[in-house]
Amino acid sequence: MPIQYYLFLSLALFCIGIMGTLMRRNAIIVFMCIELMLNAVNLLMVAFSKMYNDASAQIFVFFIMVVAAAEVAVGLAVIVMMYRKVHSVDINILNRLKH
Amino acid sequence: MTNLVWLVPLFPLIGFLINGIGWRKMPKGAGGVIGSLAILASFAVSLGIFFEVKSSGTSTVVHLFDFIQSGNLYIPFAFQVDALSSLFLLIITGIGFLIHVYSTSYMHDDEGMVKYFAYLNLFVFSMLLLVLGANYLIMFIGWEGVGLCSYLLIGFWFKNRDYTNAAKKAFVMNRIGDLGFLVGMLLILFNYGTLSYNEFFGQLNGGTVQLSSNMHNWIAICLFIGAMGKSAQIPLYTWLPDAMAGPTPVSALIHAATMVTAGIYMIARSNALYSLAPMALNLVAVIGLATAILAASIAIRQYDIKKVLAYSTVSQLGFMFLALGVGAYTTAVFHVMTHAFFKALMFLGSGSVIHAMGGEQDIRSMGGLGKKMKITSITFLIGCLAIAGIPGFSGFFSKDEILAATYAHSPVMYYLALGAALMTAFYMFRLYFLTFTGSFRGTHDQEHHLHESPAAMTIPLIVLAIMSVIGGYVGLPAVISEHHAFNTYLAPVVANFGHHHLEHSTEWMLMGLSTGLVIIMIIVAYNATKKPNFKENTGLAKVLENKWYVDELYDAIIVRPLLALSSALDRFVEKMGIDGVVNGVGKTVRWGSDRVRLLQTGQVGFYIFMMVIGMTLLFTISFFWVQ
Amino acid sequence: MSTYEILFWFLTVMALSCALGVILSRNPVNSVLFLIATFFAISGHYVLMNAQFLAIVNIIVYAGAIMVLFLFVIMLMNLNADTEPQKNRLVQFAGVISGGALFLVVLAALRTSSVNMLEQSPTDIGLIKNLGKTLFTQFVLPFEISSVLFLSAMIGAVVIGKKEEAVSEVKQ
Repeated sequence: MPIQYYLFLSLALFCIGIMGTLMRRNAIIVFMCIELMLNAVNLLMVAFSKMYNDASAQIFVFFIMVVAAAEVAVGLAVIVMMYRKVHSVDINILNRLKH
Repeated sequence: MTNLVWLVPLFPLIGFLINGIGWRKMPKGAGGVIGSLAILASFAVSLGIFFEVKSSGTSTVVHLFDFIQSGNLYIPFAFQVDALSSLFLLIITGIGFLIHVYSTSYMHDDEGMVKYFAYLNLFVFSMLLLVLGANYLIMFIGWEGVGLCSYLLIGFWFKNRDYTNAAKKAFVMNRIGDLGFLVGMLLILFNYGTLSYNEFFGQLNGGTVQLSSNMHNWIAICLFIGAMGKSAQIPLYTWLPDAMAGPTPVSALIHAATMVTAGIYMIARSNALYSLAPMALNLVAVIGLATAILAASIAIRQYDIKKVLAYSTVSQLGFMFLALGVGAYTTAVFHVMTHAFFKALMFLGSGSVIHAMGGEQDIRSMGGLGKKMKITSITFLIGCLAIAGIPGFSGFFSKDEILAATYAHSPVMYYLALGAALMTAFYMFRLYFLTFTGSFRGTHDQEHHLHESPAAMTIPLIVLAIMSVIGGYVGLPAVISEHHAFNTYLAPVVANFGHHHLEHSTEWMLMGLSTGLVIIMIIVAYNATKKPNFKENTGLAKVLENKWYVDELYDAIIVRPLLALSSALDRFVEKMGIDGVVNGVGKTVRWGSDRVRLLQTGQVGFYIFMMVIGMTLLFTISFFWVQ
Repeated sequence: MSTYEILFWFLTVMALSCALGVILSRNPVNSVLFLIATFFAISGHYVLMNAQFLAIVNIIVYAGAIMVLFLFVIMLMNLNADTEPQKNRLVQFAGVISGGALFLVVLAALRTSSVNMLEQSPTDIGLIKNLGKTLFTQFVLPFEISSVLFLSAMIGAVVIGKKEEAVSEVKQ
């Protein structure tokens, strides 16, 4: 299987993630799209690991998962907080950065 | 012993570090004790080195570490121990120690006493570096170090604006000179590729690099400009009288005995160069002579006890340069030594007087102090006799040698120098008679307060007085003794003596002439001060009192045009040009950001959108545009 | 077409369609389920590339733990009804266009690169044994640091989740 196929596949997944991030207003969906993008990168890493027959890339995938898990824990806590405060998870409400 | 030479500057450095770090916390007495002990330890090592050098007569370079090593440029941090540097070591640490001891008492009531000793130790350290360095760069480091300490100590009482201005003046004047030194140093480095004394002088005396004497003259003149600044010669001398703003022991140590002689040391050290540069040598002689006369004439009409001594110092430095200029290098160093003794003595004596008078420095308010302050008075008198050149005192031997060498060089210069020497006798005894004889002219309170200074101040005075008397006997004139101990000692360092031997009868005659005239001048001074009346000076006297209006002249031809130029630059270039550009940039940015700010919607989605657009653009550029 | 290729194309189509499902479905719960399916497809790819360990970890950590967490939150907030107000058409259009533009640009850039075939032969670098060796020798320091990261993330999540109550208690 050419490496390009995996490249294009992960690129497609990544861009779908981007589109989702841009299109949706629900903070949880946006968050999920970010997870999707991370997974696209992981897939590419594994493909390269296979290509160069090197375990380091897989270790990096492992670390990315670790970081993603930590990120999800904190991120979801933030979303829960936000929901408690404004009773919505619409990211358009979060425009405080303007000030 | 020679290998332990690094100990000599190390002790003052340690003293400086202890005092400098702990000056807020330390008790006053401790600072003085540490400072004095550090110098005493240096003095002990210096003595050992001196006697070793004296017996062996060799010159040793002690390599400490590599300082600069880059390509062809190699400058080690090395000390040169030979007759010249070991002699200066003794002068600096010996007189330095006495002045430290004196200071423990003189500065006793000052809250910054520990800081004062830290500066003083740093000064001694820098000065030792200056004379010990085995190349011009180490000398330059010391040179700048003593300049810094001089600045710090002149402005020691920094709450007085006049004093800080005097410190700044000294610093700026020295800076002008230092530039000359630096240029000279770079010329040497450029032409000879080395700054080490031994290599440079070796090259001069038949090395591979042969240069025209024109270049030698330029290098020598540049170095001499450095010496002008440091040693207060025309035209850069005006800082030294103002430097009297510092505490009196500082004036004694820095502005009389040691730092200001750095220029003489440098030229004596570079005698191999100056011997090849006749034009520069003539310049040195002329400048020295002119300074000697000008400063002596100013000193005649000064009323501040320290100012008189300051101008006297300038004048004596002029004598030393005159000696260098006529090729009598060893004589100049001889005079440095004797001058260090009697001028330090007189400065310390004046400090004792000022101490007794409660800070009063005007001799018009003094008089008759001899009765109350016996030791100060007698030691001061010895100093005056020494500087005036009365036979038997140290100043006589060195000054007479300078005059004799000048006569051999050019009789016209001799008569001018003799005139300066006579003025010296006059103003010194005028100072002495006005201060110590007659009746007291100050207020009643001051008279009540008069007292002899404590032992810590009088003992250095006595030691220096003894040295002022016997210090000259190391260099008896040729007519008395064929063996000149001082010249023999310095012979290994001074390659080319350049002494013109005079007929013995001529020398006797010169000696008799100067001695006779000096005694006449002392009598004149006594008569002039017997009934002192200080009416407004007129004519020449007024010009002298105002120091030939040199400060005003500098003000008019340098300071004012510079100020006018800078205010014009300020008005046109700064306000309109630079400020315009700077403010313009600011205004443009503000205008632009007013517009760009609209992009900041605060919505996360929009930011991500912009990020994706940016990523796409970056990819486009890097993938398609660049290739 | 070999079995390998059939599996590859099947998993690829599944991953892409489920990913599209994530961003297009109205109901957040459906999104989560689509995302889990995507992760399964990706895990399948991992197995095809002899990265068995990562495949299992992906399923356990992502599909199992993380997505369950998402589901939890969604249900906790009662967001399963499609209450989400839609962005206006223009913004959605811009999102699709910019995402698509990025896709096309990178695709065009990579299209011409030389073709590298992935070896069909099975390798054993993806086995727990080998990965473990690498992880605990070469990458032992980052591994330990990641545990600190976890700890801080855990504390952070707890603090953020509790803060509101503390504040309201103070107010009362």
